[in-house]
Formats: sequence, C-alpha cells, structure tokens
Amino acid sequence: MKQNYSIFSLVRNALSYHQGWQEAWRSPAVPKPEYDVIIIGGGGHGLATAYYLAKEHGITNVAVLEKGWIGGGNTGRNTTIVRSNYLWDESAHLYEHSLKLFEGLTQDLNYNVMFSQRGLMNLAHTQHDMQALRRRVYAIQLNGIDSEILTPAQIKEMVPILDCSSSARYPIMGASLQRRGGVARHDAVAWGFARKADERGVDILQNTEVTGFKIVNGVVKGVETNRGFIGGKKVGIVVAGHSGVMAGLAGFRLPVESHPLQALVSEPIKPILNTVVMSPQVHVYVSQSDKGELVLGAGIDAYTSYAQVGSPFIIENQLNALTDLFPCFGRLRMLRQWGGIVDTCPDASPIIGKTPVENLFLNCGWGTGGFKATPGSGNVFAHTIATGEPHKLAQPFALDRFTTGYLIDEHGAAGVAH
Amino acid sequence: MLLISCPHCGPRDEHEFAYGHEAHIARPTLDQQNTMSDAEWADYLFMRKNPKGVHFERWVHARGCRQWFNVARHTVTHEIIKVYPMGEPAPKLEQK
Repeated sequence: MKQNYSIFSLVRNALSYHQGWQEAWRSPAVPKPEYDVIIIGGGGHGLATAYYLAKEHGITNVAVLEKGWIGGGNTGRNTTIVRSNYLWDESAHLYEHSLKLFEGLTQDLNYNVMFSQRGLMNLAHTQHDMQALRRRVYAIQLNGIDSEILTPAQIKEMVPILDCSSSARYPIMGASLQRRGGVARHDAVAWGFARKADERGVDILQNTEVTGFKIVNGVVKGVETNRGFIGGKKVGIVVAGHSGVMAGLAGFRLPVESHPLQALVSEPIKPILNTVVMSPQVHVYVSQSDKGELVLGAGIDAYTSYAQVGSPFIIENQLNALTDLFPCFGRLRMLRQWGGIVDTCPDASPIIGKTPVENLFLNCGWGTGGFKATPGSGNVFAHTIATGEPHKLAQPFALDRFTTGYLIDEHGAAGVAH
Repeated sequence: MLLISCPHCGPRDEHEFAYGHEAHIARPTLDQQNTMSDAEWADYLFMRKNPKGVHFERWVHARGCRQWFNVARHTVTHEIIKVYPMGEPAPKLEQK
C-alpha cells in the first residue's frame, strides 16, 4: 500500500531528513511473460490510460513500456496549458471531459498537479479575428462550456502590461476568455498517474523500447522489445511523435507527419502575468510559472523531423511576437529552449481507436495540443481498450474518418495556437 | 536551421524556402479516379510515409527564384543528402 501524501507525511519525512520516502513506483527487473494490456509509451497519455484501465475497468495486469524514462518526452516538453475552447462539438466535448478530470485530478491522484485555473485569453487583432472569435465563443457557449468576450478595456484591466494602444503593431481589438482554463504542472501529471497506476498493480517498464510486433492472422499477440518478447492480449500505441514508426512496424499507414515543436522559458521574475495569453495571429502563447519563469510557445517547424531540435528563426519569430504584445519583456533573457516531436494530423485532431490489426489500438495525432487532453485521452482510450469498442466521446476520432471524409477540422477552428 | 542548396540560386537559409511535404505522390489518373475506392482516396490524400530516416520531400524557394525542387533529407540528422529536380524519380541512396 502506498503512503498517502499529506502535510503530515511531509512533516514526518522532514524529521528524517527526507531519507524515508517510499519509491513512487516500482521498476520491475523482469517483465511478466504476458499482460492483459500493454501500453507502448510512458508519457502522460499512456500512464493515464493504464491508470484508468486499472481504476475504472479493473484491468490491473498491465504494462507500460517506455523507451526512455517517465516524463522525458513531450510530457516534460510542453507549455502546460489546459483549455477546452474548441469550435467543433466533437473536440469541445472531448477536451471538456479532460478539463473536468483535471479539476479533480489532484485529489484523485493524491498528487499535487498544481492545476491553476487562472484563465486563458485568446487575442484578436483584426475585424476578421473578431468575427471568428465571436463565432467560436458562441459555439463554445452552446456546448455548455464557459467562454466570454472581452473588450480592450477589460483586457487592459486584466493584463495591464499588454500593449493595448491604438499605435501597437498588432492592435488588440478584443479577446475570448475561458476562466476555467489555465496551466498544470506537467511532470506532476505524469508522476501522479505513474504512482497511482503502479499502486493498482501496473508494471512501469522504463528503458524498454519496442522493436516489433508479433501479429498472427491479423491479431496482435505481443511486442518485441530490447528486453525480449512480451506477450499482450491487447496492445495500445500511445507514442506521440513516433506513431508513424510504430504503425510501420505493425504494417499499416497513418495520416500523420512528425514535426518539431519548440518552447522556451525566461529567467525567473516576480509575479507579473496572472493568466495565460495566446495570440493565434501574431502567434505566441505565454504564461508565468510558479517559479516565475515565462513559459513561451508557438508553432511547429515546417519540415518533418525526429530530432527534438528546431530552427532558431522560429524562436526569433515568437520572441518578436512576444515583445510586440508585451514591450516590457524586451530586456528579459531566455533561460532554456527545447524541442519535442509532435505527430500532426491533416485535420489537427487526434486519432483514438482501433487499427487494421485486431486488438491493437491507437491513440495519437494530438499534434501541438496533447497535454491538456492527458486525463481525458487516457480515460476514453482505457474504455476503448477495455471494451473493444470506442468510447462515445472518442468515436468521431476513429482512424476511419480519413476514409469516410468525416474530418474534424480544427486547424482554423481552434485558432491555430495550441 | 537548414542550409538548402537551391539548384538555381545556390545555398540559402531555410527561411527563404517553404516546405512542400512528401514528394513522389502521384495524382491518380482520370481512369483510376473513376474506379478508386474511398480507402484508396484516403491513402492518396492523407496517408504519409513520415519516415525516421531519409525523407524525399519537396521544397520551393518561395522568397527567391520561386522554383520547386526535390530534396532527400535525413529526418534525424537533418542532413541534406541530395537535391534533384521535380519529375525525377527518387534517387537510390545507401541506407545510413
């Protein structure tokens, strides 16, 4: 049984110089010969899937295979934004499901994921931006999700450091605001899911890379790894940027291209920004972490890549955008920059569901916006794997939508930035 | 940052170029179009190779001579292995 984290456990462990903490999850030396479910990919989505499989479907003979270490991929490389302000019904319902799970996640996991609903603002800079923004806000409201329109005066009051003057290079004409949106601590989300999944019996196997699938008569029987063959009655692929590689090993094609997405943080400063500000047109999004660093992101590099680095001019563009919107950040120094590999779909919506191989399931294509979906994605994917049929929220996101033509085109609809 | 050798203008910074994604995807002929299934259309329109390794792709010198050309580029090292004209088949390369 896992020790409960609380103020009392903190005090107790402080008395023994923090030497007595229990390990957060086991590292089994040898994998079992067969699991009921194998999840490939120990990022947030994979760990959440394992957790909900155990918690909601009673399937505990589960392995999560991670080729690196927990939280070392995109889970630890994103800008931690959580929101559900999507135009299309399918996306709105899926991301709202995730946002609602985020609201109770700290208690559910007994792990402080530092979910801070500080509000999320999308700026509009032209008449056309404003028209699209109004349409989006009204659609979101019709789906029962909180969303409102702010005037420039209201924006100025909320974020005084924004350049709201009429002489600004990109004049601010209005904004949409989702007050329930915000940020969460990305590492904590991964660690919290890992710890609770482990508590329910899930084996988390780090440094275990999948090198092939064993498929007999169109049915998956297990995976080949650098630690030998591991049998699995069902297998879920949740590997973000490497989805195309995994699909290639299993013998089918995906409508996915992998691109670098870069982000960066500034040196820490005193509290100055108490909300998330996104500008899809000038293209930057920024929030301030609890440590005081500004966390910045923008768009993907154009070319396909698996290298976890991007081109510096992409960063230059996003810093230009930042200093245009916030002139007072002009002298700020940047501390760290990194890239992650994101799997983008033609319609900028994820793929969740079955594959051409029986008992092999797929959860990918989250592109630039996967973090916000972590609990929701794991929740609906666990249902899909456990029952063999798609969760009702996941159904529209099946791989066959590219054949039926029922795309969920969020490219323009979600306002580009994710 | 990639340094791309435009066949017409020589080596230039990546930001002068625009990316044209996977090369050598042939548009179905009119005859094929009349008999193609939805799955075949999906394959042509959406499915991509997305290799971890050498990728054959198109670039256009958008802020230069505005000519299109093909590039063989490694998607892990970003090394540009070959630049070759549109219409030419993908070169045979030693696998790295």
